[in-house]
Amino acid sequence: MTSLVEIRELRVEATTDSGRTIAIIKGVDLDIAEGEIVALIGESGSGKTTIAMTLMGYARAGCRIVGGTVAVDGVDMVALSEKDRAAVRGAKIAYVPQSAAAAFNPAIRIMDQVIEVVRIHGVMPLEEARAKAVALFRALSLPNPEMIGDRYPHQVSGGQLQRLAAAMALIANPKLLIFDEPTTALDVTTQVEVLRAFKSVISAHRIAGIYVSHDLAVVAQIADRIVVLRNGEVQESGATRDILARAQHPYTQQLLAAVTPHHAPRPAVSGPTAAEALLEVHEVSVGYGPLRSDGQPAIVAVENVSLRVARGRNLGIIGESGCGKSTLARAIAGILPPFAGGVVFDGRELGRSARSRSADQLRQLQIVFQHADTALNPAQTVEDILGRPLTFYHGMARKPRSARIDQLLDMVKLPRSLRLRRPAELSGGQKQRVNFARALAADPKLIVCDEITSALDTVVAAAIIDLLKELQRELDLAYVFISHDLSVVEAICDDIVVMYRGRKIEQITPEAMARPEHPYTQLLLSSVPKLDPTWLDNLRQDPEQVRAYCQR
Amino acid sequence: MTSVAKSAPRHQRFGYRINAVGVAGALVVGFWIVVALAAPAIVPHPIGDIVDTDYFGPISRELWLGSDYLGRDMTSRILMGARYTLGISIASVIIAGVSGVMLGMIAAITGGVVDMVLSRFLDALNSIPSKLFSLVVVAAVGSSIPVLIVTMAVIYIPGAFRFARALAVNINTMDFVVVARIRGESLFYLIRAEILPNIIGPVLVDLGLRFVFIVLLLSGLSFLGLGVKPPYADWGALVRENIGGLPYAAPAVIVPSLAIASLTIAVNLLIDNLPTKIRDRENS
Amino acid sequence: MKHRIVSLVLARLAIALVTAIIVSFAVFFATAMLPGDTATILLGQAATPEAVEGLRKAMHLDDPAIFRFLRWLAGVVHGDLGVSYANNMPVAKLISGRLVNTLKLAGLTAVISVPLALTLGITAAMLRNTLYDRCLTIAIIGVVSVPEFMIATLAVLLFAVYLNWLPAVSFTSEIRTVYDFARAYAMPVVTLTVVISAQMIRMSRAAVVETLNTPYVEMALLKGASRGRLVFHHALPNALGPIVNAVALSLSYLLGGVIIVETVFNYPGIAKLMVDAVSTRDLPLIQSCAIIFCFGYLFLTTTADIIAILSNPRLR
Repeated sequence: MTSLVEIRELRVEATTDSGRTIAIIKGVDLDIAEGEIVALIGESGSGKTTIAMTLMGYARAGCRIVGGTVAVDGVDMVALSEKDRAAVRGAKIAYVPQSAAAAFNPAIRIMDQVIEVVRIHGVMPLEEARAKAVALFRALSLPNPEMIGDRYPHQVSGGQLQRLAAAMALIANPKLLIFDEPTTALDVTTQVEVLRAFKSVISAHRIAGIYVSHDLAVVAQIADRIVVLRNGEVQESGATRDILARAQHPYTQQLLAAVTPHHAPRPAVSGPTAAEALLEVHEVSVGYGPLRSDGQPAIVAVENVSLRVARGRNLGIIGESGCGKSTLARAIAGILPPFAGGVVFDGRELGRSARSRSADQLRQLQIVFQHADTALNPAQTVEDILGRPLTFYHGMARKPRSARIDQLLDMVKLPRSLRLRRPAELSGGQKQRVNFARALAADPKLIVCDEITSALDTVVAAAIIDLLKELQRELDLAYVFISHDLSVVEAICDDIVVMYRGRKIEQITPEAMARPEHPYTQLLLSSVPKLDPTWLDNLRQDPEQVRAYCQR
Repeated sequence: MTSVAKSAPRHQRFGYRINAVGVAGALVVGFWIVVALAAPAIVPHPIGDIVDTDYFGPISRELWLGSDYLGRDMTSRILMGARYTLGISIASVIIAGVSGVMLGMIAAITGGVVDMVLSRFLDALNSIPSKLFSLVVVAAVGSSIPVLIVTMAVIYIPGAFRFARALAVNINTMDFVVVARIRGESLFYLIRAEILPNIIGPVLVDLGLRFVFIVLLLSGLSFLGLGVKPPYADWGALVRENIGGLPYAAPAVIVPSLAIASLTIAVNLLIDNLPTKIRDRENS
Repeated sequence: MKHRIVSLVLARLAIALVTAIIVSFAVFFATAMLPGDTATILLGQAATPEAVEGLRKAMHLDDPAIFRFLRWLAGVVHGDLGVSYANNMPVAKLISGRLVNTLKLAGLTAVISVPLALTLGITAAMLRNTLYDRCLTIAIIGVVSVPEFMIATLAVLLFAVYLNWLPAVSFTSEIRTVYDFARAYAMPVVTLTVVISAQMIRMSRAAVVETLNTPYVEMALLKGASRGRLVFHHALPNALGPIVNAVALSLSYLLGGVIIVETVFNYPGIAKLMVDAVSTRDLPLIQSCAIIFCFGYLFLTTTADIIAILSNPRLR
């Protein structure tokens, strides 16, 4: 079998702020056969996107290809002149970006952008290209295929743009497609549709491709072969089934272990209802914008939601983007005062806004945010960040404070030597641990965790979840755990609330997740990709439900 | 603005890096500050003394920068002029900076009506061209050094406010400020510990640019005869009083112009090539 | 969507109106705060108290400031700008001819500098980090760092003293031929063009560079688009708002520039009139000139903002 792509000894370097050069790709070999889809899997910084980009002879600003060959159809893309590369790009090799919303030019109509490749390379008459685009829109099950091209990018949804980007890539019949995390920014229910659409056009056009992703389950559905990358080197490669079933390399095994949910049901103390309630949310409604005449804000994000968290137990809240779960967290924490309903904490009614709560109430209920980057003050050291709540809530003097900071760092398993570092000098996982330690510094009874693992790589996120469980055993904490990632919630929570469009639609236990009652929960849970390569092909979703709950 | 010379040699010390252009800018600025401070002690002749029999005298051994329209020593007048140009400009920029930045942070954190009133009022003030504003004030109250300092400070407060407010609004939406707020921290703590340390870098750069504008405005006013009045003379006033020497290309008119340009260009170059902190984790 | 544009534009116009009122208020009071009594100034120190009192009545000087402000504002709206203290002529008459002169100067400068600056700014952005771009950047830092009077004096030094092409520091009012016209306008226009082009080049370059760094331009590059296509088809339409904004802001900078340039070259424009009025403390004249300048400035900045709103493709 001849290879369409042959990458040999590829090396890419980047120049840092201080002018040092570091190797990002350290001698990678890669082959793609005609009609084969190869997945590049790895965490952020592993070099997967960089390798994919070199197929077009392209390296992003600050990076350059310093060695090796990237032969596509026998032509070395590295050696080509910029003009010859331009002749290949779009025509023979096409690119599907991670964020289609950013990759579409806001000033140009969608159709003109989709057929731009044809205009540039002159591969067919424009009329034919338009007809072909409409056919592709239809094949990608886009709504209103005749008319959607006349719109501007901001007038269509994210999931549709992602499919339009695929149409844009396919328009000139390329031999090779580069998918750069094309479904990462999408909700799971939308992802199913987009993946299906991709899969059908790939097989219909017998296209070869490279699929960059960090999500093994997604890749399992679409790739023939998987290449696992880490720090710019290939760790392991093999057919999809072999990798999933018999991974050899420890890193691959670690990745697989992080994806597989490992829920160990915790023994209920004496039945969940018998335990004393720590937090009760009564018919809370939250919104944004100016108040209307009926006393409701212009945009209502959460409507009539009630919750109950028992002492030392965990409640998960799941739902897709825009369902109001983060707004609810903010209302509980007093950041965004609800306009109706109330919050009872530890037997006492809490003030609606943080301003009207006592220092002790604020101390006992802490919130941890998703992005440790913005949650930690970049101008302060770890010591300052952890020291402030100790001074503020506990009035600690210098010595005991210093000792307590060491304790806190031990608790979140960070070396004490990090005390004087600033957030920019920490890794993503370390930052999230500091973020969590700051909440612990207050000695809270309840911690609201708002998507705290979403921005982390799978393996790092799994370690954070383990840490949370361990701390809970030691400190008698309760968590409200908000996430769009069902496996995370399943792993740590005793009860799970499902939210849709600002409403709580169902409350279930992890054990009952196999048979939810509400149709939306069924749709949501069935849309989470599984490691099984046949999952997508065998997935049957009720078209009625899909239409009812996915307006994307 | 982009950096002018990226390939210039690098000085690596204390984890900061600055290129040659930045060093040159810093040296020139430092030179003029030293001159302004030490001027009375180092002038070769008292500035009022007529030391040359000729006017618009050329550069010579005794008079390094020639003589002015009355035959006074230009070197001494330039050195003393630095005192006025730098002194007035620095005083204005400090007043404008401190008040503008404080108001900006307060507006950003407080929000609501306070923010709206402050923003609207200062924006309106901003829509009066700076030269015009100073002309009107000079017409109304006459020109003296304190008036000049206050006028130019008032002119540049809206700009400093707007800049600081925009930065502070961004920081204010960050989660770490939210965390501090729901910890129950006071307005003063939020400003001091959470907002200010995160905007101080760009704010100082912005004040540097404002300093340049103030120097230019002051020189322009003095050139029009509406700025520093005799017997004092800043660099702009020196150009004005010696403009008669222009047809002879006398040093008396060229040197003060060069002095202004050297200061403002140096500040600009310094700002464009500020030391950058080395942020590689592996390096530290 | 149309509805949103209209409401945004209306909101911007409302802000401009509020600003105009605050500005006229500020201008009126800055000049009204003048120390010394206007009537005494007008009649001289030797005037009898009765005469001063009479004039105060006639000029409504004893009314509360707010009434004087409103009366004055009403006058301004009706084109009645008051009477000059210095030579007893209606201010409107003094200003009209001068305003035309200044507009001529400003118009000519705009016609030359806008195309020049945009060409240089956009090409510099296209050829980022080349020798051309760096030289231009250095030249711009040089120009924006020096006072306008220095550029004017340099022009005099170069064209009048060394090259002897043009008359130095004087403006002839007798213009008969195109040659006379060119000779008369050359130096003021060159000076102003240099000053405002520097600003405009810098801002338009920054605007284009910013759009060239967006993911959709990278996407176009990966579709095989040529450099020209990237700039003209993808970057420019999106940079249009910021560029027009840069042009309007730079043109508003003209207003400051003319004050110096008209003085240096003794050009009979409104700015020179105002500088002279400042030295004679001719209040109604200063107020009127100041208002004209402020409104001109406000007009340009408001136009810039409105064009930015209209050119935002997301609002289409």
